[in-house]
Amino acid sequence: MLMDFLQVGLYGVVLGSILTLGAIGVSLIYGILRFAHFAHGDLMALGAYFALSLVVGLGFPVWASAPFAIVAAALAAIAIDQIVYRRLRRVEPVILLISSFGIAIALRSIIQLVWGPHNQVYVKGIQMPWRVGDLIVKPDHVWIVLGAVVLVIALHLFLTRTKTGKAMRAMSDNMDLALVSGIPAERVIMATWAVGGGLAAVAGIFLAMDTRLHPVMGWSVLLPVFAAAILGGIGRPYGAIAGGMVIGMAMELSTMIIDPTYKPAVAFGLMVLMLIVRPQGLFKGNA
Amino acid sequence: MSLLTIEGVTGGYGGADILHGVDLRVGPGEIVVIIGPNGAGKSTLMKAAFGLVTIREGAVLFERRDITRLRPDQIVREGVSYVPQERNVFPSMTVHENLEMGAFIRDDDIRPQLDKIYDLFPRLGERRDQVAGSMSGGERQMLAMGRALMLEPKLLLLDEPTAGLSPLFMDQTFERIQSINRTGIGILMVEQNAKQALAICDRGYVLTMGRNRVEDTGASLLANKDVAEMFLGG
Ligand SMILES: Nc1ncnc2c1ncn2[C@@H]1O[C@H](COP(=O)(O)OP(=O)(O)O)[C@@H](O)[C@H]1O
Ligand SMILES: [Mg+2]
Repeated sequence: MLMDFLQVGLYGVVLGSILTLGAIGVSLIYGILRFAHFAHGDLMALGAYFALSLVVGLGFPVWASAPFAIVAAALAAIAIDQIVYRRLRRVEPVILLISSFGIAIALRSIIQLVWGPHNQVYVKGIQMPWRVGDLIVKPDHVWIVLGAVVLVIALHLFLTRTKTGKAMRAMSDNMDLALVSGIPAERVIMATWAVGGGLAAVAGIFLAMDTRLHPVMGWSVLLPVFAAAILGGIGRPYGAIAGGMVIGMAMELSTMIIDPTYKPAVAFGLMVLMLIVRPQGLFKGNA
Repeated sequence: MSLLTIEGVTGGYGGADILHGVDLRVGPGEIVVIIGPNGAGKSTLMKAAFGLVTIREGAVLFERRDITRLRPDQIVREGVSYVPQERNVFPSMTVHENLEMGAFIRDDDIRPQLDKIYDLFPRLGERRDQVAGSMSGGERQMLAMGRALMLEPKLLLLDEPTAGLSPLFMDQTFERIQSINRTGIGILMVEQNAKQALAICDRGYVLTMGRNRVEDTGASLLANKDVAEMFLGG
């Protein structure tokens, strides 16, 4: 029983790592542009498929294709923002939200057209798991968790040590003051999409490593990603880390009691509960 | 030559005009105060000087340049800094980071300027790693001014810098404004504490319903009966 618990807990940490990387982007974008980016899941999928092209097309190992996928997804996110969202910024945030729904559908269709509608994987065959005591640990799981830890640390350094990172925090704190201080908003917004898009690509690749590639993979993970962002207090990238871990853990642990098909429902339930009880997130007060 | 010249400015926030042909001038090194009842358009006039209001008629000049149609981020580069009435710090960032953001557009070494600000406001120096949101109103007001001074502006726009401060902090703030001014920086400020503000200023303007009412030296305004009745509490 304890062993089962640890085993499932490990899956929770793995899922939590993936959700965290997606939720950080959602939170950063919300903090600066004040809208819920519904295309974020499909951006994750796009990143995963970019990596697939290099794995299948050029025979790259997954880890070596990741940097290319990150850059490509970052550029895609910037392009989507410049072409679509940028024009809508002066109107109601709800219009941006709805347009991001449109982008989500468009991305999914593009993925299906380019890479096909069927399931795909990076590496065929079964990975030999390691045994740690009675615990079964897949090498991929280790890479996913380590990768997430490294990226979260890198993000922290970026937000606290670099001028652009600090400007992102300033804009999310007080947009009007950032503007009157002369902070170049459009440039910082671009950097935000680059960071959000890059992290989404990694989240997508990790999700594909853990499960498989499929055109709706991003759409189906969107709900838990949002649940994580909301749990952490949307607009707070640091909260998203805790939110991701709690949602990932809750989803996996729930499988010990209820049927695994209800995993998304667990995330949904937690999100709704949170919105009712503490809409500002797990941590302290005002946004 | 004036530092700032506002000539017959009419405009507002896109709807009905708030300002109706307002004139105002700030000379180099001057302290100029705007007083007037709530809703008179004092904050709006300040924003008009900083590119935050739609100006339909009239012009705003800074030194000799027409800045009527410039955006705030362009006006900042001309040498004007603005401290809004409310929400004038980055609450989740430290004192030090707030000041850094004030200097965002500078590419040179900002340490000498940081030291100057910490000298001017020793309290900020002691709390440089404290998060702005957890500081008192008076400390936040100092930080807001410090942030605006990071660009070493020629003109500082202050919207009600003493609002909500205790009498002690209020006196301190007026003193600081005078010391900033002594370094050669021109100051245009809106104030509710008209008596103290008029006592330290060179000239003052009374604004009502978006129009100039009275314009005079601080001393004359203090001695003016109408002004005394309206704003100085008899
Ligand atoms: N952002 C805004 N949008 C629309 N109207 C505004 C805005 N800010 C202020 N006003 C209106 O402009 C008028 C003058 O306001 P304001 O300049 O803030 O006055 P004061 O600073 O003298 O108290 C008021 O009627 C106020 O309702
Ligand atoms: Mg005002």
